[in-house]
Amino acid sequence: MAVKTENQKAWFFILPVIILVAFNALIPLMTVVNYSVQETFGNNVFLWSGVRWFEDVLHSERFHAALGRQLMFTGIILAIQVPLGVAIALTMPRQGPWVPVCLVLMALPLLIPWNVVGAMWNIFALPDIGLLGRSINAMGIDYDMTQQPYAAWFTLVLMDVWHWTSLVVLLAYAGLISIPDAYYQAAKIDGAKAWAVFRHIQLPKMKQVLTIAILLRFMDSFMIYTEPFVLTGGGPGNATTLLSIDLVKIALGQFDLGMAGAMSLIYFLITLLVSWVFYTLMTRDDPN
Amino acid sequence: MKRLIPLAPILYIMFLMLPIYWLLNMSFKTTNEILGGFSLWPHNFTLENYRTIFTDPTWYLGYVNSITYVSINTAISVSVALPAAYAFSRYRFLGDKHLFFWLLTNRMAPPAVFALPFFQLYSAVELFDTHLAVALAHCLFNIPLAVWILEGFMSGIPKELDETAYVDGYSFPRFFFKVFVPTITAGIGVAAFFCFMFSWVELLLAKTLTAVEAKPIAAIMTKTASSAGYELGLLAAAGCLTIIPGAFVIYFVRNYIAKGFALGRV
Repeated sequence: MAVKTENQKAWFFILPVIILVAFNALIPLMTVVNYSVQETFGNNVFLWSGVRWFEDVLHSERFHAALGRQLMFTGIILAIQVPLGVAIALTMPRQGPWVPVCLVLMALPLLIPWNVVGAMWNIFALPDIGLLGRSINAMGIDYDMTQQPYAAWFTLVLMDVWHWTSLVVLLAYAGLISIPDAYYQAAKIDGAKAWAVFRHIQLPKMKQVLTIAILLRFMDSFMIYTEPFVLTGGGPGNATTLLSIDLVKIALGQFDLGMAGAMSLIYFLITLLVSWVFYTLMTRDDPN
Repeated sequence: MKRLIPLAPILYIMFLMLPIYWLLNMSFKTTNEILGGFSLWPHNFTLENYRTIFTDPTWYLGYVNSITYVSINTAISVSVALPAAYAFSRYRFLGDKHLFFWLLTNRMAPPAVFALPFFQLYSAVELFDTHLAVALAHCLFNIPLAVWILEGFMSGIPKELDETAYVDGYSFPRFFFKVFVPTITAGIGVAAFFCFMFSWVELLLAKTLTAVEAKPIAAIMTKTASSAGYELGLLAAAGCLTIIPGAFVIYFVRNYIAKGFALGRV
């Protein structure tokens, strides 16, 4: 790792990035802050309302329920995708003509527009004309995503596993192939078992990419909107109404801007806090 | 155990392909056949759905719109991220760490939070319903990502390269474009791939910021789904076609993907 020199002129290199990102981040964020402390009765009349909206959101059953569902969703998909992704990366061949083919096929779901993913799975899971729905029903299990909350959850989780596990696979695989052959040879001479090789060579080498994978998966699953919206529309009832779906309902459906603004900020702060913890853990061992 | 090894990736890939196959299968059926019954492959094979998409401008212009703003976004993101990533990887300066984290936080902002303010902002600067609006809006999450990826790649390049170039009498711009940029082509490829990917798949902001002129294909699909009855065959065909640009881009970066991930931090 190169030693960095002190140079304040470096700011000029970063200026374009700051201007573009600030334009897109700060102005909308200030708009949201603005809404969150005001009361409106339409006609562009706004009244100061202090922290009332924040209190309302924090005490609202609806917000607690949506947050609970969101945490459950993120927890479940992390618990499935990370071990599954690592397992698949471990069993992938390290070299040969099939490696690029495997990688391209695995990366495919990542590049499908999110609403197409939702629509695709909606069709796939329909009990009458969808392959998945039809097969599950043929096995004698009553399954209808539009009626049963557990079926909706099952489909939602399966869809996300389908959509994003490949990201973990690609990252873990990249960590694995960066391990020099000499490490494995040394382990072989020492007579190390497969588990010992995994625990003491492969896992430490994958640590950094895995932290990134978990961070990315956390952030993206925590703000998931389009796929569940297209797949289930938040239903049946409110069973799959995750945080961002609820937020859009409040902001654009009911046009309750103060409430939506306060909720957005609380939502953003939660994401920020968790990501900051990850980021600190991630950079703790970094010499720079 | 050894014999089982390739089985897991094969099963996984089959699982990935199933919904895609189902979509493809439906795209070759007429809507009547889809609704009429369940069949594993099309019995009355038809290309009618694809013909509709390629002859109706409201459909095919959707693809043109999407590709236009995605390309503009990728170009902007990578070109502004290059110098910034260089600065982060080579220099220490006031507030560098905080700035880096601040950039990353924008990757964490749920787009649902920003949908309405974005609409107001881009209407105010009179960019609403232009390709540029969507391209600029997607910079919110793509620039931080590009900086992050490129910084990882650049940190892997020894500083001696810079110093040798100065000793040889290269000016900074000449060094940067003639020596430095060519050594990190793989990194630029990976960064561009990710920018393309995230801009291509995002819909919420793209839909919010467009009405007619720059409407992305994904938004045209949702609109047709609700207005023209439920044309499942047509929707499936449109969905299949959205997979192609992505597949094309992965094919080009296939040799960089694994290597690039390993070198860079992402």
